[in-house]
Amino acid sequence: MASSSSSSSSCAMGFDFDEKPHVLAVDDSLVDRKVIERLLINSACKVTTAENGKRALEFLGLADGQPPKNADFKVNMIITDYCMPGMTGYELLKRIKESPNMKEVPVVVVSSENIPTRIKQCLEEGAQEFLLKPLGPSDVTKLRCQINKLKNPCQEMLCMGI
Amino acid sequence: MAGVAQLQRQLVDYTASLFHEGFLDDQFNQLQQLQDESNPDFVVEVVSLFFEDSERLLNELAKSLEQQTIDFKRIDAHVHQLKGSSSSIGAQRVQRVCIAFRNFCDEKNVEGCQKCLQQVKHEYSLVKSKLETLFKLEQQILAAGGSIPFPM
Repeated sequence: MASSSSSSSSCAMGFDFDEKPHVLAVDDSLVDRKVIERLLINSACKVTTAENGKRALEFLGLADGQPPKNADFKVNMIITDYCMPGMTGYELLKRIKESPNMKEVPVVVVSSENIPTRIKQCLEEGAQEFLLKPLGPSDVTKLRCQINKLKNPCQEMLCMGI
Repeated sequence: MAGVAQLQRQLVDYTASLFHEGFLDDQFNQLQQLQDESNPDFVVEVVSLFFEDSERLLNELAKSLEQQTIDFKRIDAHVHQLKGSSSSIGAQRVQRVCIAFRNFCDEKNVEGCQKCLQQVKHEYSLVKSKLETLFKLEQQILAAGGSIPFPM
């Protein structure tokens, strides 16, 4: 199942708990889920993790036969590993982009392998970014900035300094 | 307090040697930097997950290489996972053997794969014992009332 967690410490950015961006991180590796979760929490995000594409789709309300999620449901970004058993990150990306509800949510694909055709394929399918693993704090800072820009297009100054 | 200072010195030197000898790479530093007072056990927790995961994968690999018909795709998938998780915690030598291992899988070279399995088991047990020593040193420092020196 998907699991959610977040830090109880207050955020330097000035958002209160409800305003923290919510990121869904999808990866079949437990080690990687733990690391990405910590990176995101340290960047003042709420995090939900999922161990595969199927669980991610269930969480997003996009699984076959599921009713769509209500208007309150908010995910600000999805970060997915490329290589996963069952459904690859690319296939997950496609499903999200095909959905009227979720296609506007930025999807970031991460991979341990630097394969240009793979990168091209994901970007052409609408991925926001393609990043190489292992992710570091500077990658997450960049993603955080992108989330901020999408949330607050007039307040780009929020990206500075963190 | 002289005891604590000595332990701290030991920890700094030991950690430096692990980097110097290539057991750990910068990714391990990254993990240490993610740890703070609100999450004091983060590194130990991630590394413990790595140990569990690796032991499972090494067992699977041994079984797969004992089969009558070798399923190279399956072996490759397991090695890919091991490569990924070792990379995520900075276990550089394990990661490097995994790269060689995957090449032998591509070539469907059974002997090469068996050699690599032995090598990766060896590197894994080395890094495991070294990390356990490192964590023990940290525990000793904390028990003596000291704090863990910030990673260099």
